[in-house]
Amino acid sequence: MDGLDDIVEEFLVESHENLDQLDSDLVALEQDPNSRERLSSIFRTIHTIKGTSGFLAFNRLEEVTHVGENMLSRLRDGALDLTPTRTSVLLQMVDTVRSLLTAIEATGGEGKVDVSGVVAAVTAAMEDAPAEPVVVVPAPRSPAASEKALAKKAPAKPAAKRAPAKTAAKPAAKPAAAKPTTPSVAAPAALDTTPETVGEPPPVVAEPLPERAADESPAADTVEHADGEPQTDASGAPRRAVADSTIRVDVDLLDELMLLVGELVLTRNQIVQNVARQTDTDLIRASQRLNLIASELQEGVMKTRMQPIDHIWSKLPRVVRDLGLQLKKSIRLEMEGRETELDKTLLEAVKDPLTHLVRNSVDHGIEMPEDRRRAGKATEGVLTLRARHESGQVVVEVADDGAGIDPVKLGKKAVERGLITVAQLERMGPADILQLIFLPGFSTAAAVTNVSGRGVGMDVVKTNIEAIGGTIEVESMPGEGTVCRLRIPLTLAIVPALTVECAGDRYAIPQISLQELVSLDAEKAANAVEEVGGAPVYRLRGELLPLVRLTDVLGLLSERHDGHVVIAVLRSEGRRFGLVVDRVINTEEIVVKAVGGQLKAIGLYSGATVLGDGTVALILDVQALARRALRTETTERQESRAGLAHAAAADTERQRMLLAAIGGGRRVAIPLDTVTRLEQVRADAVEKVGNREVVQYRGAILPIVRLDRHLGAYGETDREVLEVIVYADHGRSVAIVVEEILDIVDGEAAIRSDIDDLGLLGSAVLGDKVTELLDVRAAILAADPAFYTTPVLPTPQGATTSLLEV
Amino acid sequence: MTSATDIEPVITSGQLATFRLDGDLYGIEVEHVQEVLRSQQLTRVPLAPTAVAGLINLRGQVVTAIELRERLGRPARPAGTDAVVIVVRLHGEAVSLLVDSIADVVDVDVADFEAPPDTLEGQARDLIRGAFKLDGQLLLALDVQKAVSA
Repeated sequence: MDGLDDIVEEFLVESHENLDQLDSDLVALEQDPNSRERLSSIFRTIHTIKGTSGFLAFNRLEEVTHVGENMLSRLRDGALDLTPTRTSVLLQMVDTVRSLLTAIEATGGEGKVDVSGVVAAVTAAMEDAPAEPVVVVPAPRSPAASEKALAKKAPAKPAAKRAPAKTAAKPAAKPAAAKPTTPSVAAPAALDTTPETVGEPPPVVAEPLPERAADESPAADTVEHADGEPQTDASGAPRRAVADSTIRVDVDLLDELMLLVGELVLTRNQIVQNVARQTDTDLIRASQRLNLIASELQEGVMKTRMQPIDHIWSKLPRVVRDLGLQLKKSIRLEMEGRETELDKTLLEAVKDPLTHLVRNSVDHGIEMPEDRRRAGKATEGVLTLRARHESGQVVVEVADDGAGIDPVKLGKKAVERGLITVAQLERMGPADILQLIFLPGFSTAAAVTNVSGRGVGMDVVKTNIEAIGGTIEVESMPGEGTVCRLRIPLTLAIVPALTVECAGDRYAIPQISLQELVSLDAEKAANAVEEVGGAPVYRLRGELLPLVRLTDVLGLLSERHDGHVVIAVLRSEGRRFGLVVDRVINTEEIVVKAVGGQLKAIGLYSGATVLGDGTVALILDVQALARRALRTETTERQESRAGLAHAAAADTERQRMLLAAIGGGRRVAIPLDTVTRLEQVRADAVEKVGNREVVQYRGAILPIVRLDRHLGAYGETDREVLEVIVYADHGRSVAIVVEEILDIVDGEAAIRSDIDDLGLLGSAVLGDKVTELLDVRAAILAADPAFYTTPVLPTPQGATTSLLEV
Repeated sequence: MTSATDIEPVITSGQLATFRLDGDLYGIEVEHVQEVLRSQQLTRVPLAPTAVAGLINLRGQVVTAIELRERLGRPARPAGTDAVVIVVRLHGEAVSLLVDSIADVVDVDVADFEAPPDTLEGQARDLIRGAFKLDGQLLLALDVQKAVSA
């Protein structure tokens, strides 16, 4: 059975279903011989089997169905009348088809099932030879008889009997068929008196037929005989494997089951929570079993809705081929993890976005063959689809080995389209620039082709993916290719979530966005959360993590007054931020319930759920939260500084600046975007390479620039620990040593002046003090003259002067 | 339910489910009413319109609760009194209204109907379609569709 091709297997399942239908159709047809509809339906079924068997090179099957089809088409067109004889031979044909299918299922080939008999019988019946039943009908009557024997008998007898049959039976058969009101199967058979079978046989003739229709075993028997080599497991198990082991189920029914299971899971949660407080061991044991069974049931029902991603992938080779031809590109499509399963509904939802991404890669990603040759790559582009399960999610990647996305070009485009300003662009890292392709109205295609780039762009893909609770991110190495990565939840209905408490209420955060949890006690929190100027950050392993207080976003007051800080580190659109909540309750499987229109409009909640204790909790929409929180925070701060703001500063640009003291009372502002990490380095770890200072850092040599010396300030030189700002780009890093990290402020409202000095871009009033704006580029070049000459980062000219534009 | 999808703001005779709110008697078409519940635990929804009192758990379904006092511009319910929850079903979606107390189902005749007085102002004017003049009191016909679209 394992050797069976998928196509053959599908063919078998489908054909078996069709045949069952056919049996009842044929019998019903006998009652109502004029039903064109039924005839057409039967014809179609046989036609389908014939077509597929021809395609799969099952010649005998094709032969049988071919004659059957001939007869049926003539019956359908009214050229022939349906007599009981013809019904019988049709049924016999169906049986033969079934035998063949069984043989195919058992051995992969047609076995030794002989079809000539039935072919002859059908042909004969078509040629107005209704006397056939004598020969044909005994077959079902003696199901144990081997097909071989029947086959031998069949071709011999009709030849012999044809002559008398023709003359004698013809008149008898005609009136029978002409009576459409024939009440039962037995009646026409009785009328169908042939010279050989006078009296008794007719009733016997008629009865076994419907029986056979309902019972498959005779067909199976024949196969075993026909094979000549009895199967080791002829007990019926192998037959069940394909045809009887699958049933078709209405998706609506599955949806309903899923809903019910969802309710069961909720109820289970409630019971388990309540029982946990009880002491009755029997009850506890029962609840544990309930817990287990409900989980297994949930898993099982979820599985019924799972389909391999290959269902949607299978259409992509054609898309790639056609598109490749059209664009004169040569592309090889590779697929990894095609058996990865996900919920059918999600599969449907992912189909279009995925197709779009593939078309995009073919159109924009992979270069023309000659360009590839010039770039030293194989002329054939490779597009790779990868799917895998990863921590309760399905990760789908569309990767090409094309030209990649040039951040410079992309940024320019975004500016041209007015999506961002030049100043904004210059502060963005390459990874941030890449995310611009998800902005509405963005298309990188230089010319709009009919393949892609018609306005329905990546923003639509993103919207669609987010609508099903997924995320999308893009990574690209110029010259090496692009990877679009979709993260999709396994199922929509039940999602694992973290429940948190905030201002006395509970909220659920889908695990898909959650990266880690940080809990700080009051003492630690006081130092670790650096919160000055209204922009709190936390140093998470040296990286600055912007913090958002859920209470602020929701306009509530925290009920936590002991100074503890609980941070849920969330990821949204490739960026991380920390959501400060009052406390973490636990993780639980939640069933997503839609919320009414009024609440959807708020744009902070993706739904609601009922928690274990029966209370309703809102599910936070992390993406929306990130957008909203970051925006409102900055506007608030802007307002609070409105008094300071100069009229000219109306062209507000948001930029966060890291304030650092460099000694001698001087303060320097460095754009936060350029800061990768904050570190502390022991002064005695500083080594020298030539006349440059370096430090070993994470297995690499990090050049150091001491800002005090660089800017001609005189700071303390004998400090034991150096405060270091690490700036990294494309694998190169430099360390900027300052005296002290002071604060993080927004630079937009600052009053600026062009009083500057070497190594500075100007000065500004930040946090009520005059602050120097560091020329980061110059500082970095002082430490590592080769930093910007690495080919990977084509920094736009003029960056020197505008890097710090505020 | 049958007429839930295409309610015309046309007043007809029929049955109204009535309830009390801040001393007045209101009525909504009885066919919209799914059930009436005693006060329920509410989950507040931060940033929602003020008339959204919160979410309730109706046998596993999450249903939005609208505070009708707020919606009609009436003072908040006095402390210590529990609201009664009327669950209505509109366009297949269940929404609930918080009212003071539930009263009878009343047969009304369109002949007794009169449009709201011109002096009626504010939010209430949008929501109250008019009054049925019953013996001894007025029954205010609430436009349930508008009332729930807070």
